[in-house]
Amino acid sequence: MIQGVINSIRESQVWSSIFRHGIPRDRRTRVMAIMSNVFLHLHPVAVRKSGIRLSFTWCMGGLTFFLFIAETISGVLLMFYYRPVVEYAYSDIIGMRAHLTLGIMREIHRWGAHAMIISVWLHMMRVFLTGSYKPPREFNWVVGVILLVLTMLLSFTGYLLPWDQLAIWAITVGSKMAEATPFAGMAGPGTELLQLPGGIPIVTPYSDAKFLLLGGESVGEAALLRFYVLHCIAIPLGAATLIAVHFWRIRKDGGISGPM
Amino acid sequence: MISLLPISSLLLAAGEVNITALDKFKDFVNRWSVPQYSLPLFCIIMFAAFIWYRKWTKPIVFWPLMLGFTVVYFAFIPLDESYASILKKPDNVPITMMIFLTLYFLWLGLRQAAINDENMEIGKPLIEEDREDKVLCWPDLVYTELLAMVLCTVVLIVWSVLLKAPLESPANPAGPPNPSKAPWYFLGLQELLVYFDPWMAGVVLPGLIILGLAAMPYIDTNPKGNGYYTFKERRFAILTWMFGYLILWCVLIVFGTFLRGPNWNFFGPFQVWDPYRVDPLTNINISDVWYVVLLGGKLPDNLLVREWPGLLFTFFWLCVLPVLMTKIGFFGRLRAQMGFSRYYLMAVLFVIMMLVPVKMVGRWTFNLKYIIAMPEINFNL
Repeated sequence: MIQGVINSIRESQVWSSIFRHGIPRDRRTRVMAIMSNVFLHLHPVAVRKSGIRLSFTWCMGGLTFFLFIAETISGVLLMFYYRPVVEYAYSDIIGMRAHLTLGIMREIHRWGAHAMIISVWLHMMRVFLTGSYKPPREFNWVVGVILLVLTMLLSFTGYLLPWDQLAIWAITVGSKMAEATPFAGMAGPGTELLQLPGGIPIVTPYSDAKFLLLGGESVGEAALLRFYVLHCIAIPLGAATLIAVHFWRIRKDGGISGPM
Repeated sequence: MISLLPISSLLLAAGEVNITALDKFKDFVNRWSVPQYSLPLFCIIMFAAFIWYRKWTKPIVFWPLMLGFTVVYFAFIPLDESYASILKKPDNVPITMMIFLTLYFLWLGLRQAAINDENMEIGKPLIEEDREDKVLCWPDLVYTELLAMVLCTVVLIVWSVLLKAPLESPANPAGPPNPSKAPWYFLGLQELLVYFDPWMAGVVLPGLIILGLAAMPYIDTNPKGNGYYTFKERRFAILTWMFGYLILWCVLIVFGTFLRGPNWNFFGPFQVWDPYRVDPLTNINISDVWYVVLLGGKLPDNLLVREWPGLLFTFFWLCVLPVLMTKIGFFGRLRAQMGFSRYYLMAVLFVIMMLVPVKMVGRWTFNLKYIIAMPEINFNL
């Protein structure tokens, strides 16, 4: 009975218009399953057996990507309830836990972010230990390094949004570093030496690296909005673009690495 | 009269403190966990682990070691309040995850490296050697990915149900907590603030980490070890990278999150975080050592004259040392293999990384504050 229903669904015009191949049971349909699907065709049709062993890849790159998707979905849901304004930010976070059905979305987002940082580090360690950054994969390693930095910046900008004590003081510690940028931060070496004729300083407290980061002299209203926009739009867009490049280059550079 | 008695016997006599073997052990760990002892110890453990990587990576040795470590790691939660409060802090949970996952995957990688290295010596094929052996992505890879996603989702949901995400009291711009800490993944850099000024610890060093990582594939010209686990064929590359990652990044994160308390003072894992403890700062600059301690005079007024010992050291370290290193056989061969620009890019990045432990040792041995101290232009190194 059930088998009959399944079969009639699979033979319907709707099903066969979406999946243009039969059930993947023989070689031909399995190849078709990969090739005729826009998401699955990221993969080659066939791979080296030892290349996909879990003990070789640790699956860490894949998990990092999966966590990125989980973060995107849970992040979009959180954006429905969160207002990046000093007056509301903290109470909105409280409200997410207290008033929402399935009030663990923030937990998933927060813990997922920590897990993503760890998985991206472990992915880097695996790629290093297998020497997979060596030719012809040099450029893809560089893309990976930028993605590593973006992952940490994503987490760093998200850290401010709950607007609690943990948030503003962690970002304050971070912005002290920006203030110390050589030749660009007010407390950085050499900044005072940059002067126009007549002793007019080029870098002022209102134009230094810290001001650029925070939109003010301390962590306040403007910093919250800036970090929100960076966290929800600018950095995810950049990361998504580079992820696409990263995956495309894996294929172009010869797939999962293995002995030459 | 009382002041003449040793304090411990006084307390014992009062019957308030009963020093047990456990207390002695905790005291021992606390004393040895300060960076000047524990960091060199971690370095020794790391290098020993790479020297004897074929021995301890055998499952029969590794798993009892890992089990023992796990038991000790968690056994002290019920035995010690300060230790429990550190480990149970929600924002510290990822650190525990990082420690265990890093150890496990380090083993997994080195285990395969050990097998491959042995196989190569006796002429057997590598684990990864199966050029002709291909499988279809559907189902072999696609199903693994599906299972990994399902497992990851389950872990994430269980973790989120069991443990609330950290949320402290509302932001108060007038009341900084003590200590104020950056997010945990930057705490290695914040730990470096003990030894360097913010422009080094927060800007130059992280910038060079990113630059150095990106430059790695262009520097490392060793054609071996491409696409398979090995240690024997890439000793220098792996040791250098792992020193940077395990010691200077991961261990410093553990210090920063677990062991740095109020006023960024260092506390052992079983020590109570006392906000009133004052650690005297008696650090001195190289220029003070030269002009005041050794010559017994005063500091000169001219910046460059005052700081010439530090400037000379820095010039030697960054510009002369990479050249001198080529006189050592190993680096000489590297210089010949890699060519001028690759070698000097590698060597300069290498000595800058080594400047971090060198300055740490300077601090621990003679309270070195700055190699170059020019606060007039915010330039302290």
